[in-house]
Amino acid sequence: MNDLVQSEVQRMAGASALPRQNGELVFEAPWQGRMFGLALGVVRKLGLDWEEFRRRLIAAIDADPARQYYESWIAALDALVVDLGLASAEELEARAARIDR
Amino acid sequence: MTDDHGHHPGPLTDVERRARALEELLIEKGIVSPEFIDSVVEAYAQDIGPMNGARVIARAWNDPAYKQRLLDDGTAAIAELGFGGPEGDHIVAVENTPSVHNVVVCTLCSCYPWPVLGLPPNWYKSPPYRSRMVREPRALLREMGCDVPDDVEIRVWDSSAEVRYLVVPERPAGTERAGEEELAGMVTRDAMIGVARP
Repeated sequence: MNDLVQSEVQRMAGASALPRQNGELVFEAPWQGRMFGLALGVVRKLGLDWEEFRRRLIAAIDADPARQYYESWIAALDALVVDLGLASAEELEARAARIDR
Repeated sequence: MTDDHGHHPGPLTDVERRARALEELLIEKGIVSPEFIDSVVEAYAQDIGPMNGARVIARAWNDPAYKQRLLDDGTAAIAELGFGGPEGDHIVAVENTPSVHNVVVCTLCSCYPWPVLGLPPNWYKSPPYRSRMVREPRALLREMGCDVPDDVEIRVWDSSAEVRYLVVPERPAGTERAGEEELAGMVTRDAMIGVARP
């Protein structure tokens, strides 16, 4: 995990760069940390190149520059999950709708 | 984070539900384990927020007027240093003295002052910590490597959705000449929760 963070995540710059304060990563809510861990986990466990996630993140940020940064992580993860054939966009949507409010 | 259910006011947002849907799916598929995500979050919990809290404490140690403001209105004094945001409302700072040691727990879930301490460590959210810190704080603190002398009173503060507590540790002896930057380096996350003494 740490090697991936060191080598790829830390280098992310520009629009896709992780929010930082005093040089440290900042999560404003627990779910943001969960998405951070999830993205690292998917890339690592499936042996993907981090670039696979990063380019989807950049596309997600481009698609809606005003939205909260980690919401773009959700969009990028959604895209990755769909592209990997793990679930369809409809399945993801239906699953979210089933989560207790 | 399921133990947060029902404690924080307000329903889950659409964003939180989408996040949870993704996490559940990838866990079900066996691609990512909850433990892996925990480990990533925990690694960062050590670093994200506590530095903010350390700056607050260092300022309080160095500036008596600031310390008084911090004890009078934690949220406002912390905002003076530019820290605030979600879970940062109603932060109450409690000061350790030679006769009082303060320690923070959230018996209901894991309420925690994110802006100054980052995300809570896993043990803070664990049922044993949450129950035993109230029942037998001195014994639990000793197990955690924090020996509080018998003649020092231990005060346990139960954080809630309304109030988040921050411990102001005692300034270490022999640091009278230390500057704020140096002092901040001496303040640990655990000291600000009250499970360690700097």
